[in-house]
Amino acid sequence: MTTTYAVLSEGLRKRYGEVHALRGLDLAVPEGTVCGVLGPNGAGKTTAVRVLTTLVAPDAGSARVAGHDVVRDPAGVRGKIAVTGQYASVDGDLTGAENLRLFARLLRAPRSRAGELLERFDLTAAADRPARTYSGGMRRRLDLAASLLVRPDVLFLDEPTTGLDPHSRNGIWDAVRELAAEGTTVLLTTQYLEEADQLADDIVLIDEGRVAQRGTPAELKALIGHHAEVVVADPSLLEAAAAVLDRLTGAAPVLDAERRTVGAVTADTTLTLPRLVREIDAAGVHIVDASLRPPTLDEVFLRLTARKEPAA
Amino acid sequence: MSALVHDGTAVLGRHLQRIRHAPAITVMTQTMPIVFLLFFGYVFASALAVPGAEYRAYLVPGILVATASGGLMTGMFQAAQDSHRGVMDRFRTLPVSRAAVPLGQALADLVASAVGTVPLLLVGLAMGWRIEGTALEALGAFGLLLLFRFATTWIGILLGLASQSEEAAGQLGSASFMLPLLSNAYIPTDGMPGWLRTIAEWNPISAVTTAVRKLFGNAPVPTDAAWPVAHPVAGALLWSLVLIALFAPLAVRRYARR
Repeated sequence: MTTTYAVLSEGLRKRYGEVHALRGLDLAVPEGTVCGVLGPNGAGKTTAVRVLTTLVAPDAGSARVAGHDVVRDPAGVRGKIAVTGQYASVDGDLTGAENLRLFARLLRAPRSRAGELLERFDLTAAADRPARTYSGGMRRRLDLAASLLVRPDVLFLDEPTTGLDPHSRNGIWDAVRELAAEGTTVLLTTQYLEEADQLADDIVLIDEGRVAQRGTPAELKALIGHHAEVVVADPSLLEAAAAVLDRLTGAAPVLDAERRTVGAVTADTTLTLPRLVREIDAAGVHIVDASLRPPTLDEVFLRLTARKEPAA
Repeated sequence: MSALVHDGTAVLGRHLQRIRHAPAITVMTQTMPIVFLLFFGYVFASALAVPGAEYRAYLVPGILVATASGGLMTGMFQAAQDSHRGVMDRFRTLPVSRAAVPLGQALADLVASAVGTVPLLLVGLAMGWRIEGTALEALGAFGLLLLFRFATTWIGILLGLASQSEEAAGQLGSASFMLPLLSNAYIPTDGMPGWLRTIAEWNPISAVTTAVRKLFGNAPVPTDAAWPVAHPVAGALLWSLVLIALFAPLAVRRYARR
């Protein structure tokens, strides 16, 4: 069986003046899967979504979404997708109900669908209030509802939970899971590793407009490993602790004399905290704290980009 | 074509709902002309003599056309507001005709300005202005006013879509009140220095104003003026149609640009 891709892009480039937002982006999202596009601010996530949703024409490269070419057949793409942007893509001056009825009309969806979705997203009570009076979470739910008036083949979510409280975030996550279970392909961008971990079948890490790494959440975690750190009792012990960490992780430890810490990122996922503590203790190094945790997104990026670029 | 009508009507409905929810801007843009009418009609009237007409009767058509030219400001402001907020992105990703969104906006503006002109007409009537021509001519005058409003709104939509920010559009829009000052909307052009008179008479507002004055029977057509003013009905029609033919496609193209 051959894989059909809902989103397939090759060498997408987009420049805004001096800023190279995309520098040859290749994406391949199989139909019916959830792809998490992960990256820091300015990595090119939003530009990628804008190109794939026909809002912006790429300078170079090609992309097909739901079988239609985004450059040659944007109208074909628009008939198959829905987009919920980072910024509210509803009309703040209209009420929630008016917004959904307007978009339902434009999409030739039955009027009753608007009411169903207001209920589904818990907005019935606020239906007749202008959308600009909504909380961040309500507005995002209205936005998502507007994207589901007609079931899209491909749903684009640009940082759907940025700035939301955990409760609202969980609501959006549930909706995405439900959609994915029904077979909609979802491409979502996020700054949160946890969000990609929770929702995505595949994760694409992008940095400076290019794919830095891709894989399933488990593959990426194995690839990145863990961040080990110990706090020594006395600064004179830093070197000895570093020697142990170097031996255990195979990575060059980073020393911080002021905080009295030694840290290292390890690709070895078999390393456990008890073993780390035992080895340090056996070397006669007094420590007051030790941790072994998944790296932060910053550490992931430092590590993944350091590997490719020559040391400055 | 039927898709454009369907989508355009939906967008028209959206704008009318917006005006209903937040009528302040619309009310203000329709109140300012009444203030101008009272100022010019009572404060400046004694200093102004118009050949062959009573000044207040001469002024009302001028104010009506100046108000119609305000489509430039409302069109620009609305388009700038939409394009700098996320909602325009959603419109652009929907499978709807590229012309529907700007067309719906222009039509809604037309409806709002037609309704908004009623108070202005009533104040004019109270000041002694009358429709002195035939009913058919009066209909023609109202038709020209709407056509000109439609034309200036398209210019505004293009400028609004091209604007850098809502604020920039707001400032440029407020500066557009000067355009009627450079025309015969408030005072005749024959007292102006030659070069200024040429500019004023080629200002589309002058042709439309003269045509409306003629059709309402408020003032005679100046004979020694530039062609569009000397042939005001043809001039007004031509100006409006040329502006629409030029700016409507440009605005749609700008909206569709990626």
